[in-house]
Amino acid sequence: MFTDFFYLLRQKGVPVTVTEWVSFMEALHGGYFQSNLNHLYYIGRAFLVKSEAYYDMFDLAFQEYFGGIKTEPLELERVMDWLENPLNRLPKLSPEEMAEFQKKLEEFRKEHDMDELMRQFRERLKEQKERHDGGGKWIGTGGVSPFGAYGYHPGGIRVGGESWMQSAAKVAGERRFRNYRNDLILDVRQTKMALKKLRELKREGAQEELDIPETVDKTAKEGGEIELVFNRSRENTVRLILLMDTGGSMLPYTELCERLFSAASQMEHFKEFRYYFFHNCIYQDVYEDIGNYKRVPTEKLFSQFHKGYKVVLVGDARMAYSELFDINGCIDYFYTNDRPAIEWLIRIKEHFPHSVWLNPTHSNFWGHYTVDTVGKIFPMFELTIDGLKDAIKTLTSKAKPAMVA
Amino acid sequence: MAQSGQGYKGSDDYIASKPLMEIVNVTIALGKPLVIKGEPGTGKTLLAHSISRALNKKLFIWNVKSTTKARDGLYVYDTIQRLNDARFKDKDISDIRQYIKLGKLGQAFMADEKVVLLIDEIDKADVEFPNDLLNELDEMSFHIPELDEEVTAKHRPVVIITSNSEKELPDAFLRRCIFHYIEFPDEEMMERIVKVHYPDIEMKLVREAIKRFYWIRGVDGLRKKPSTSELLDWIKALALGGVNVEKISAEIPFLGTLLKNELDTGRFVRLSSAQGGGIFKRR
Ligand SMILES: Nc1ncnc2c1ncn2[C@@H]1O[C@H](COP(=O)(O)OP(=O)(O)OP(=O)(O)O)[C@@H](O)[C@H]1O
Ligand SMILES: [Mg+2]
Repeated sequence: MFTDFFYLLRQKGVPVTVTEWVSFMEALHGGYFQSNLNHLYYIGRAFLVKSEAYYDMFDLAFQEYFGGIKTEPLELERVMDWLENPLNRLPKLSPEEMAEFQKKLEEFRKEHDMDELMRQFRERLKEQKERHDGGGKWIGTGGVSPFGAYGYHPGGIRVGGESWMQSAAKVAGERRFRNYRNDLILDVRQTKMALKKLRELKREGAQEELDIPETVDKTAKEGGEIELVFNRSRENTVRLILLMDTGGSMLPYTELCERLFSAASQMEHFKEFRYYFFHNCIYQDVYEDIGNYKRVPTEKLFSQFHKGYKVVLVGDARMAYSELFDINGCIDYFYTNDRPAIEWLIRIKEHFPHSVWLNPTHSNFWGHYTVDTVGKIFPMFELTIDGLKDAIKTLTSKAKPAMVA
Repeated sequence: MAQSGQGYKGSDDYIASKPLMEIVNVTIALGKPLVIKGEPGTGKTLLAHSISRALNKKLFIWNVKSTTKARDGLYVYDTIQRLNDARFKDKDISDIRQYIKLGKLGQAFMADEKVVLLIDEIDKADVEFPNDLLNELDEMSFHIPELDEEVTAKHRPVVIITSNSEKELPDAFLRRCIFHYIEFPDEEMMERIVKVHYPDIEMKLVREAIKRFYWIRGVDGLRKKPSTSELLDWIKALALGGVNVEKISAEIPFLGTLLKNELDTGRFVRLSSAQGGGIFKRR
């Protein structure tokens, strides 16, 4: 039942899993739900959505699915429609997930007498409809709180922004969690959180962890005289280089890039953090400052930093064909380059196998010749929280060689 | 105060929103851990205290720190003590049991009745920490290899886990939990929260203070927005100081109790004088 709500949630981007759906189903059948939409909204959300970042997607799905329902308790007929809805309208799920889902559903059917459950659910709904109290079958008598009528105030008092009397579909319609979405915002704190995942722990810290097996061993050898042995504590050994595009087309994304930059530089988490700037594309020089005055030969990156450094390049990768492929293609009038930019990019990827490209533009706009080419050299991700997370996953996994040679 | 039979409905010192109450009740009924997230000061930690009081169940608190390991919550085997004791003939060290000390989780499992277990600020620990507790929380049991014994919960405790989302929690962990994000209370709810703390303070003052409070929270670019605790401190200061209600809107006395960051205070004072506001005192 409600199966297509599951698909709708996924379609909207809520990463709900089969496991969660099954425990939701079990709770629903177990009688832990009251048959009113508010209950379904809040409790369903608590079972199916595990981050406020997805609350907005849940709201959208809920609105679309239950939006037509204005009265409470639920309209029996519509509910029955959902209940009887088989696995139709199947949006994208991987074949494996699909198989797992079918399997779980089968298991569920085996364990539970579906017809009986449906009958019970129907009964409960009917009862609720008749009683018209919106109250619970299983907890007390319908939530009369020690604070009097709060939550059931005839005027529909709002409780902590979490309204109960208002129809849940309307609450969902307010989309209060819009600003929590991961694919829209990237604030400094969130960025820091994502960057924290960028780590490799090695024993390099101070000697402060007691090594028990060694201690026992040594002590035994000393004939019982206690000899404490300490280990170095584990430390993050990640060294990071950030290379950022300050070209004109990047202007709309300045703030976004600044946030990434300030998050990375505020982190006391890396073993080493370096940053350089470039203008549209990388040639024989990069710059220490945003204004591109203090030149550092790109060559120096290779001599100064070993291949263990992780490199994050940030830019829209969108430029004229000549800027990427031609000698003297650099857009700056006074700058000449005797090697085309693409060679420099490939050298960077070859020297630093752990490197990725973050693009502040939406991936819908990546269908451009230079963007495609750069994307073949460096794994490219959107500069959003989700993109950043994927990028970091790539950085911490085994490096793949560049696809363009 | 609510009776256990009727489920959780808040307690005399804690205002729970209706959705939160319902979620807590489902959590208790199903024996699943409940993960609570929300801005600082939205009553995450207090919730577990409230459940414990309202349902009259003992509370075990496991405060998580950056160095906390999952094992610490289960048990600690004090090998050093044993090693030390081994040097003296008068101690019997053959009984390992005396060197095994149960952690908070272990204690909650061993309790003779259903208890509440608060795992506070789980996000402070290493990112892998929650994953190390998957089985323990799922099956509510763990193994002590030193004794070759299984510790199994006699009664599934009510597990409340709080997070400030300093780090994100692993998906595998969250899948096994029920989740709720506590929204920052709106003005009406805030009024009720203030009332449970200071039932005797004049309502007019409370309302005015709350109004100002939300206005200050709305100021752009504050580093740290004042939270419920700061509001409570402020109202107390206002009441004790015998501040006249009209004065609250005119000059915001004791601004320092609300804004603790110098930069914020500076920013706020500048902004409000630019808007032609009154004179603000920092203390
Ligand atoms: N719903 C509430 N009812 C009563 N008091 C509340 C409520 N919410 C917050 N408070 C007050 O705010 C204070 C802070 O609450 P608490 O420590 O539980 O917040 P928290 O969410 O755990 O914050 P942090 O993230 O900083 O740990 C409490 O001591 C209490 O005085
Ligand atoms: Mg707390």
